[in-house]
Amino acid sequence: MTAYQIWFYIIASMILGGALLAVTARKIFRAAIALLVSLIGIAALYYWMHYEFIAAVQTIVYVGGIVVLIIFSIFLTHNPGHTIEEPVSIREAFAFTGCFAGFAFVFSLLNRYSFEQTGDALNHTMQVADVGRALLSTGNGSYLLPFEAVSLLLLAAMVGCIVIAIKIRTHK
Amino acid sequence: MIDQVPLTHILFLSTALFFIGAYGFLTRRNMITMLMSVELILNSVNINLVAFNRYLHPNIDGVIFTLFIITIAAAEAAVAIAIIISLYRKINSIDPEQVDELKF
Repeated sequence: MTAYQIWFYIIASMILGGALLAVTARKIFRAAIALLVSLIGIAALYYWMHYEFIAAVQTIVYVGGIVVLIIFSIFLTHNPGHTIEEPVSIREAFAFTGCFAGFAFVFSLLNRYSFEQTGDALNHTMQVADVGRALLSTGNGSYLLPFEAVSLLLLAAMVGCIVIAIKIRTHK
Repeated sequence: MIDQVPLTHILFLSTALFFIGAYGFLTRRNMITMLMSVELILNSVNINLVAFNRYLHPNIDGVIFTLFIITIAAAEAAVAIAIIISLYRKINSIDPEQVDELKF
């Protein structure tokens, strides 16, 4: 086993362990920290695949943005040390059976199908300049229109959040 | 190099992550933890796209798709948390079972 493989399995166990803890922990704050571990593991996986730019984006947006947002909303809606309600046991049994069956099904499908690795894909390196060029040019293999659509979506989401969460004081 | 780990192992990882997220979404009775499960599901899709791009496609289309998914997930999380907070102000709870105002 080479160092490259060992790193992959360390990262994979970090992701799956964090995810399992995030969906089963009874303390909500502990679940948020486990989610943080899992998301950092995913950023490490991107780094492991030599996509440094996407690893940086994952760290900034998920770890620095979404998890902080989730922790803030936990502080706004829960007492510290609050224990989450136990799941309804019949529903938990059904969910576990369904998820396990789905996992076994996909696992067997993936096991049967061998993906042909292409040599030039593995040697292809991504430059950040390529990403910028793809996002801001028109023509084949470029994404200017989705880029602009996403910026409009972000603006709409921002305004929508303020409208939903604002507290209007009524003078009496 | 990267070809020491087969692509299927990364796909097993993302499949496991997806179903862990689905399990959490089905069993949790708290809107914030349900939102966390949705984030796990979205991340498993991202892992798939990036891994396919790394192993099979000598281009950066998968990375661009991942960037868009990350952006949309951020917008979705912000809107969901705004809804959760305004709901908490109204009914003082974030249990999805207690949100039945629209029930006929």
